[in-house]
Amino acid sequence: MKAFTQHRGLVGPMDRANVDTDMIIPKQFLKSIKRSGFGPNLFDELRYLDHGEPGQDCADRPLNPDFALNKPRYRGASILLARKNFGCGSSREHAPWALEDYGFKVVIAPSYADIFYNNCFKNGVLPVILTEDEVDILFLELEATEGYELDVNLASQTVTSDSRQVFNFSLDQFRKQCLLTGLDEIGLTLIQADKIRQYEVEREKAHPWVYGAIK
Amino acid sequence: MAARTLYDKLWDSHLVNENDDGSSLLYIDRHVLHEVTSPQAFEGLRIAGRGPWRLDTNIATPDHNISTDRSEREAGVSGIPDEISRIQVQTLDDNCDHFGIKEFKMNEMGQGIVHVMGPELGATMPGMTVVCGDSHTATHGALACLAHGIGTSEVEHVLATQCLVSKKMKNMRVSVEGAVGLGVTPKDVVLAIIGKIGTAGGSGHAIEFSGSVFRDMSVEGRMTVCNMAIEAGARVGMVAVDEKTITYCKGREFVPKGDLWHQAVSYWQTLVSDDNAFFDIEVELHANDIVPQVTWGTSPEMVAPVTALVPRPEDQVNKERRKGVERALDYMGLESGTPIASIAVDRVFIGSCTNSRIEDMREAAQVAKGRQVASSIKQVLIVPGSQMVKAQAEAEGLDKIFIAAGMEWREPGCSMCLAMNADKLGDGEHCASTSNRNFEGRQGKGGRTHLMSPAMAAAAAVAGHIVDVRHFLSESMTTGVNS
Repeated sequence: MKAFTQHRGLVGPMDRANVDTDMIIPKQFLKSIKRSGFGPNLFDELRYLDHGEPGQDCADRPLNPDFALNKPRYRGASILLARKNFGCGSSREHAPWALEDYGFKVVIAPSYADIFYNNCFKNGVLPVILTEDEVDILFLELEATEGYELDVNLASQTVTSDSRQVFNFSLDQFRKQCLLTGLDEIGLTLIQADKIRQYEVEREKAHPWVYGAIK
Repeated sequence: MAARTLYDKLWDSHLVNENDDGSSLLYIDRHVLHEVTSPQAFEGLRIAGRGPWRLDTNIATPDHNISTDRSEREAGVSGIPDEISRIQVQTLDDNCDHFGIKEFKMNEMGQGIVHVMGPELGATMPGMTVVCGDSHTATHGALACLAHGIGTSEVEHVLATQCLVSKKMKNMRVSVEGAVGLGVTPKDVVLAIIGKIGTAGGSGHAIEFSGSVFRDMSVEGRMTVCNMAIEAGARVGMVAVDEKTITYCKGREFVPKGDLWHQAVSYWQTLVSDDNAFFDIEVELHANDIVPQVTWGTSPEMVAPVTALVPRPEDQVNKERRKGVERALDYMGLESGTPIASIAVDRVFIGSCTNSRIEDMREAAQVAKGRQVASSIKQVLIVPGSQMVKAQAEAEGLDKIFIAAGMEWREPGCSMCLAMNADKLGDGEHCASTSNRNFEGRQGKGGRTHLMSPAMAAAAAVAGHIVDVRHFLSESMTTGVNS
């Protein structure tokens, strides 16, 4: 798993609520057996004027000039500023894979769908939760400031703007530690293999029908 | 011991360890795999030199991107015309063969949409933890399972360790009391719930559905309701065990028999929330208030009774919501004030993990029987949820009713619910759909989805536009479609 400690970068806007994972990465791009290469199709239906299919060279496709992230001032954005319930819908991990592959390291929003939020941490993308009022402030500053950057620090759990305004965010300690260190979660769980085996022995005694039927 | 909810009991009985950092290691009884979210997980196992923790907890089937066309299906995996779909299905077969995981292959009896297949085979049983790389896994909660969707990294984690690192959710109870009227189905009940609590109303919570409406509802109907918990933001939806649950499980392929059956049943009967158990959020609806529901917008919470008008953005007090309604109406090509029961439909889709079980097929057939699809309709797809549903429907002659009405009877799969295969909407087309998501582009770029029940979708196919199915039912005076 990729680690995340601190990131400073250009901010790009996604100014609508309930952005779903079909919007983040449309289903035709899920037909891949790889984890990489989804970036050119991030927000595909909003970003391009034509219909996208896997395997195209996206460099030749007509861009939607009205889509914010296509505007020159947001090119190279690595922090996505979004609205509430970001990432709702499907459990596809292709959504954080696409965000990460595009170059986003951080998403900032007032709330996230549970599965998407969880998936971000597995891929070195930090989903920051700020209040709706704080997100409103950031949207206003972003609109008013060309080249608007933010500094996001996971250890101190802060988002800092160039005007030295500091926003604190909270998150679970276990998620924080995993992301800070980039530890192999499966390896960590397997340290407890004896406990898992012991659980299974007791379970098989109490609920034997759980095992053995599927073969 | 303090009074516990059903969710508390399921959580407690699967705790392997409570870690120092506030997380818990939760044991997973059943892991259901499909072709789209598993290949990267198997690849991860291979790269790390790991294998599955055990085999008899896993079950797999292809469903998301396979063709529902009979001749294409008969051509087998090598005949799948779309190369990348073929690679995905072949990769699932190869991975299951390589690691020894039980798979119901594309054309085998038992294959079906993951959330139809698991319960109908008895692979998922009450009291189990069930996960799958698909957000509609909550469906299995209708059997009092703790079931939820996971991402691909977690698919790999469960394969390798039989556990998930989890954090306990909060408890939410949605109660619907009373009895629903003729023509009001489980789909209408869950759409009404989503309309009330919103698409993020259940975030961070496990929802238990309770009250007389769910007690009276069939187990398949409960699956329709639990299936859409995620559309209300909740990863988990559940209904407590009762006699219907036990009757449903009896005799299914992987369910125990003899003494073991009796032992299981006596445990399953404890899987109810204790009196006085604490719920962080309680929501109540009344069955009398629920009429057939239809979505008019691009989020499942944008739903209204079929008798209503398309809403006006200016009636929204919240600025962001107003913008959302404006954008949705623009995408849907709808004018405020239009009666919902007049919106013309181009295609109809009856299927998906929400509504493709035998009762859904019967519900749609009851409306289609002796009627004809309107001439303005381009296509009506009837896609059974599994090979077993298909066989049962054909044994009952339902396929003939659909075909006589001018509808297409297809092979089992996810089909136009997410349009990963050839079943999709054209730009600007309206669809009466029994699926679960009306997101922009979900059923095809520019496609406009109206979610509704199978009975309502069949009625729309006949009328050529959205229509209140209750007119059809009183006309033909058949039995109610409410379960």
